[in-house]
Amino acid sequence: MKEKLVIIGNGMAPGRMLEHLFETDPDRYDVVIFNAEPRVNYDRIMLSPVLSGEKAYEEIIIHGDGWYIDHGITLYKGHKVVAIDREARTVTSDHGAVEPYDRLVVATGSVPFIIPVPGAELPGVISYRDLDDVQAMLLAAQSREKAVVIGGGLLGLEAAAGLKARGMEVTVLHVMPTLMERQLDPAAGYLLQKAVEARGIDVVTKANTRRIVGTGRVEGVELDDGRVIPATLVVMAVGIRPNVALAREAGLEVNRGIVTDPWMRTSDPAIMALGECAEVGGNVYGLVAPLYQMARVAAAALAGEEGTGFAHSETPTKLKVTGIDLYSLGDFADGDDREEIVLRDAAAGVYKRLVLKGNRVIGVVLFGETADGAWFSDLQKRGTDVSEMRDSLIFGQAYQGGASADPLAAVAALPDDAEICGCNGVCKSRIVTAITGKGLTSLDDVRAHTKASASCGSCTGLVEQLMSLTLGDGYNPAAVQPVCGCTTLGHADVRRLIRAKKLKTIPAVMQELEWKTSCGCAKCRPALNYYLVCDWPQDYADDYQSRFINERVHANIQKDGTYSVVPRMWGGVTSAAELRAIADVVDMFAIPTVKVTGGQRIDMLGVRKEDLPAVWAELGKAGFVSGHAYAKGLRTVKTCVGSDWCRFGTQDSTGLGIRIEKFMWGSWTPAKVKMAVSGCPRNCAEATCKDVGVICVDSGFEIHFAGAAGLDIKGTEKLGMVKTEDEALEHIVALVQMYREQGHYLERIYKWAKRIGLDEVRRQIMDDADRRRAYFDRFVFSQKFAQVDPWSERVSGKDKHEFKPMANIGFAEAAE
Amino acid sequence: MTTLKWTPVGSIHDIPLRGARCVATPHGKIGVFRTADGKVFAIEDHCPHRGGPLSQGIVHGASVTCPLHNWVISLETGEALGADEGRVRTIPVKIEGEALFIALDAAIGKAA
Ligand code: SRM
Ligand SMILES: Cc1cc2nc3c(=O)[nH]c(=O)nc-3n(C[C@H](O)[C@H](O)[C@H](O)COP(=O)(O)OP(=O)(O)OC[C@H]3O[C@@H](n4cnc5c(N)ncnc54)[C@H](O)[C@@H]3O)c2cc1C
Ligand code: SF4
Ligand code: FES
Repeated sequence: MKEKLVIIGNGMAPGRMLEHLFETDPDRYDVVIFNAEPRVNYDRIMLSPVLSGEKAYEEIIIHGDGWYIDHGITLYKGHKVVAIDREARTVTSDHGAVEPYDRLVVATGSVPFIIPVPGAELPGVISYRDLDDVQAMLLAAQSREKAVVIGGGLLGLEAAAGLKARGMEVTVLHVMPTLMERQLDPAAGYLLQKAVEARGIDVVTKANTRRIVGTGRVEGVELDDGRVIPATLVVMAVGIRPNVALAREAGLEVNRGIVTDPWMRTSDPAIMALGECAEVGGNVYGLVAPLYQMARVAAAALAGEEGTGFAHSETPTKLKVTGIDLYSLGDFADGDDREEIVLRDAAAGVYKRLVLKGNRVIGVVLFGETADGAWFSDLQKRGTDVSEMRDSLIFGQAYQGGASADPLAAVAALPDDAEICGCNGVCKSRIVTAITGKGLTSLDDVRAHTKASASCGSCTGLVEQLMSLTLGDGYNPAAVQPVCGCTTLGHADVRRLIRAKKLKTIPAVMQELEWKTSCGCAKCRPALNYYLVCDWPQDYADDYQSRFINERVHANIQKDGTYSVVPRMWGGVTSAAELRAIADVVDMFAIPTVKVTGGQRIDMLGVRKEDLPAVWAELGKAGFVSGHAYAKGLRTVKTCVGSDWCRFGTQDSTGLGIRIEKFMWGSWTPAKVKMAVSGCPRNCAEATCKDVGVICVDSGFEIHFAGAAGLDIKGTEKLGMVKTEDEALEHIVALVQMYREQGHYLERIYKWAKRIGLDEVRRQIMDDADRRRAYFDRFVFSQKFAQVDPWSERVSGKDKHEFKPMANIGFAEAAE
Repeated sequence: MTTLKWTPVGSIHDIPLRGARCVATPHGKIGVFRTADGKVFAIEDHCPHRGGPLSQGIVHGASVTCPLHNWVISLETGEALGADEGRVRTIPVKIEGEALFIALDAAIGKAA
């Protein structure tokens, strides 16, 4: 029979331990986990990006439900273990579940410290430890009122930045004279304070909290000097304590944490402890790197191997606030036996300090420019004698030994055992071996196999450089393809940050997201313009200078600089009057070519730019509006004749097509959107190769999506079946809105759907009525601002300058 | 050295920032561009690739991207940037107050 392994706590440490264990000895144990939190294992260190809106909870899950099923693990979600019976070898949860164990692992993490001042128990006072805390903060942030964060350490500052990003007014109270004094020297603490204040967060140092005031719920924080700072939310982030109560009650040896030997064994040989609750070699830890080392040791022990035990090492601290670069490592206190090297560049906001002892680096503080962190850390770890390079040491690796400033060369020069990923303790050679040995080609693969850059992500750049080095041209960094050369961010990040930081103009996006060029380029500007149009339909003023010429003048440019004009012909239906008007316009302006398009309408090609407004004026008289044949927007809705005429027609496909087109015209989308409605499965409108297509059948409407018939040819996928026209419209509109919100610029629906998964689209549009309705409503709202005929606007004078030369210089003048 | 002959073509405010207008001359069109920081440049409105109207492109930094096949042309030098090779003629520009002048001789020189 298999042995039974019970784990108390489902945090990052035991999760990692199980991964190692399943790699080496997958069948040894039946695993049972109790988790007081009602959820799977997620990346706790990424809670701050969730709070600020830069990531979604789904993105920080480490092990989804499927992982537990695959490994046959029983996970008691929302069960807190209240007793360990070491005699009987059982544990009991607060809901009465009892499980026997052969081996028990205690991984209960930490509890946030709450300063014992009056009022600390008031509603509205929360700590910052888990997803529930984040959700409570998000709820409070909706009121857009005032938050006070007590504690100017890592957690407190991340909480403050997140709450600020969510629109609250935030004050940070810190008891010491400078921020993060345990990791930063006063100079860097000061720079940090300036950077925090520059984001509009108030910082009060030397602030001693006397009590929290409020009747019924929190109203403010009173300081020792009598000042009261009003607040509707108080976040206490003043420190953590190893969570040892359960272990102590069970009679295990407990000091500051649960005492273990270097193999994570407690005083009871059947019980191990790991994570923040464990005390090993007299130390307790609060960062994941050492916990992951514990996890490796513990997994080996569970697999019956007695490897090398846990050994202490320094872990660097980084702050995960976008835009503030900070790195600190080791011991940086002043002392007679120590020397320091300092570099300051006030203009650039850079401060670097190295503390040396006996010609060896023992402490590092970097602010504003942290790229050399890994290198300094490596010198520290090895105890390298730096006397040779002292003069240029502070300038970083690029200045040593004639190496070039090329970042790739710097990475190439790192020794094989240099640590690349601090969180997961992954060294250079392990990444390189995995890439070559397992044939990895994408960042995601490298993350999956080595864990490098899978936690806080701050070493992603280094890992990618290693991939480039190892694979050369074989590395195609598709995973994080930047939007263009003006930025390192990909489309997904840009979209997320625009929303999270409420950026509402192109200059604001470029400023906040640190664009490398002064005003972008022809690739990023149209993309940003679309994202802003889509996200802030009411507030954003369309930037015409960031639109491609066709969308600026609402016609398609041709190879000779003339334009083509395609009016809407709703659903491909026209009339004698319309055709006559077109004929007249063609004559009047001597338009050289008239063509029936592949989209069931008529194209007039070769119109001179100067004539466009007059052409539109004439067309407008006959009731024509722009067909948006030039737009990343709704193009055509092709239809067939349907039940009105066709002997096979089951529904009014023509009518539905017209209805959809009239409802959705004018909307901007990431790339063009083409639709079709066919009256029966014979499919004469070719609905099954469109972005969205409808096949009418007797019992209703079969909705299809994600087809293509241009550069790629691809039949559609079925979205689902609905009974009425109203429902068909609602589903289609919701689908398109979902795509509008998530698509990357120039990404057609089929590519977007492939990226996020067809089932995910079906789940949100077919199965989740609330979500569908919300998408629908947002589309309708944005149409209020979008459904304006651009041609008639220009006939009445808008953008006049676009259509005529600013000056005409005649022969006489020129020859003068 | 010949002195330039300045021809008035309008006001700087006729051109949107990060935008362009064209000036028709007997020898072809000239694109007049205004960058984000208010600098004004004039170049032939004729892409070295296949003659695309550069004044219809997107203006960024001190360059413009041709609307037909995305060549990027420097407004300062008239050179195609990046991997592409070719150049267009640049035309001297002068601003007096708000009035804008181009040196037409340079444009005519093309015909000569
Ligand atoms: C006029 C028309 C051809 C015709 O004479 O029939 C046409 C003309 C152009 N197509 Fe098209 N496409 C036309 C129907 C189609 C169709 C058929 C359809 O819509 O049912 C397709 C395949 C379906 C599809 O889109 O998946 C089609 C796939 C493309 C593509 C490839 C798109 C793709 O993502 O694979 C491009 C290139 C692009 O958009 O980047 C393109 C681009 C173009 C452009 C806009 C090229 C350009 O950038 O200048 C052409 C503009 C000519 C003009 O000024 O009118 N056209 N084009 C059709 C206009 C339909 C309309 O009424 O609006
Ligand atoms: C906001 C935030 C940001 C952070 N940023 C960083 C960072 O940038 N870098 C870094 O290295 N570290 C960071 N940390 C610290 C890091 O997250 C922790 O060190 C790590 O998660 C601890 O892992 P653990 O497994 O020991 O405990 P935890 O992940 O805390 O897991 C303990 C789990 O046990 C459960 N539990 C407790 N008691 C019981 C019981 N009796 N029965 C059942 N279940 C129980 C708890 O509910 C909890 O889910 C951050 C932490 C926070 C909160
Ligand atoms: S297929 Fe479309 S893009 Fe190609 S030449 Fe014909 S109209 Fe132009
Ligand atoms: S004509 Fe300008 S890029 Fe082709």
